[in-house]
Amino acid sequence: MNNKTPTSAYLNSIENRLNEFFIMIAGLWTFSVQFFRYVFVPPYEVYEIRKHMNELGIKTLPIVSVTGFIIGLVLAMQTQPVLARFGAEAYLPGSVGISIVRELGPVITALIFAGRVSSGIGAELGSMRVTEQIDAMEVSAVDPFKFLVVTRIFACTFILPILTVYVIFIALAGAYIAVVLVQNMTIEYYTNAVLYSVEFGDAIPGVAKTFVFGYIVGLVGSYKGYTATNGTEGVGRASTTAVVVSSLMILIFDMILVKITLWLWPTF
Amino acid sequence: MVEIYNLKKAFNSHIVLDDVSLKVDRGENLVVFGRSGTGKSVLLKCMVRLMEPDSGKIIIDDKDVLSLDIKELNNLRKQIGFLFQSAALYDSMSVRQNLEFPLIRHFDFSPEEREQKIISVLEKVSLLEAIDKMPSELSGGMRKRIGLARSIITEPKLMLYDEPTTGLDPITSKEISYLILELQKSLNMTSVVVTHDLLCAEIIADRAIVLNDGKVQYEGSIPELTSSNDPFLKNFFSHEFIKEN
Repeated sequence: MNNKTPTSAYLNSIENRLNEFFIMIAGLWTFSVQFFRYVFVPPYEVYEIRKHMNELGIKTLPIVSVTGFIIGLVLAMQTQPVLARFGAEAYLPGSVGISIVRELGPVITALIFAGRVSSGIGAELGSMRVTEQIDAMEVSAVDPFKFLVVTRIFACTFILPILTVYVIFIALAGAYIAVVLVQNMTIEYYTNAVLYSVEFGDAIPGVAKTFVFGYIVGLVGSYKGYTATNGTEGVGRASTTAVVVSSLMILIFDMILVKITLWLWPTF
Repeated sequence: MVEIYNLKKAFNSHIVLDDVSLKVDRGENLVVFGRSGTGKSVLLKCMVRLMEPDSGKIIIDDKDVLSLDIKELNNLRKQIGFLFQSAALYDSMSVRQNLEFPLIRHFDFSPEEREQKIISVLEKVSLLEAIDKMPSELSGGMRKRIGLARSIITEPKLMLYDEPTTGLDPITSKEISYLILELQKSLNMTSVVVTHDLLCAEIIADRAIVLNDGKVQYEGSIPELTSSNDPFLKNFFSHEFIKEN
């Protein structure tokens, strides 16, 4: 006889999910500590890092280009009528530029990067785990964590800021197209207006936080893949949960980092 | 070469290895039989600490495996080859890169010396033509042979085989079995082979043990075990099915 009431079954499932959540937090913390322990210890696996940076950058480039261009275009198209209401259309390049550089460029790039890369790393390492390739590496006296995880986290951490800078320029180009469509503005005027409004103080914290976002994408993808269990089903789960968790963490850390930046540099 | 004393391993409440003790002499080929789920692969994984046993002692080449730190363990692992059931080739690397992988990390060979070693080991497994292929382009038997080549390229003293002929046709199985025997003789290796394949065992075994209920229940040469009147062994090795009580 099944003694479980719907309420107790529901409470049990909440308890299990909470358990899984805290296990994941502890796992991510352990992975982080291990990453910083290994990253400065030779051999540095430069070839692997360069290979991953190439692959990750090229894999993400088309999608971030399209998205960046459309975001810039749509943002300018949406902002123009609002500014027109106050007779402030001249501020369009500046306001769009600041939005893109400070927030939209870094966060949108990071979220797309998470969707594309975190799931890929989760699936790749997950399938290596379930087909015993990670065990084979370990038994051949090569540390799989250093070779597979450290190199991927490092590559993600340093490729995302480069992609972000690229996306910012693409989005600004998209915004320019929209401005030309609705206002008669020359490229010189647009460029000068953007450069006049956007300062280094806007760009540096915006791009700097993408190092953290890149780290999160690499960390979560690697953790989910490296600890995958239950065969191909586990690989699929590792891949999808990697995207969800890394996207959520990017948004949470964005909130924290913006608050810290505003606290440290009130003018930002 | 290998001594195991009172090894125990359980997963939650399920006891897999219960007080397993065994010895393998240098240069000997030991075959481990047992029904599925009796802990044969777990035994191999405990020997190289891919799994941590709950208790017991494992001595390999006079070293107490369970008390080694990671650096000492990796030094010992360099002297051990492991052929996984699925061959476990790194699927993002070509055959050449798979074979190069341990050489680059553990030896100071020049590129020419490395190439020479790769060619020599591929010739041993008769797959020189596969040198630039990716693992996905290889058949099951070829993957096993490349896996074997990768394991022996560092010339280990001890080879551990986890079901080396599973999933292969009888002819390829025999080829692999004779290859294992030939390599063991030419490189003077000690081997522990987990298998269900009686033909493979007959070709390579000097001695065999049978794991049952987490314990080493039977030990002897293959003819001794196959001709035994013990009901379990009869059931295990004969073609007819005898229902257990």
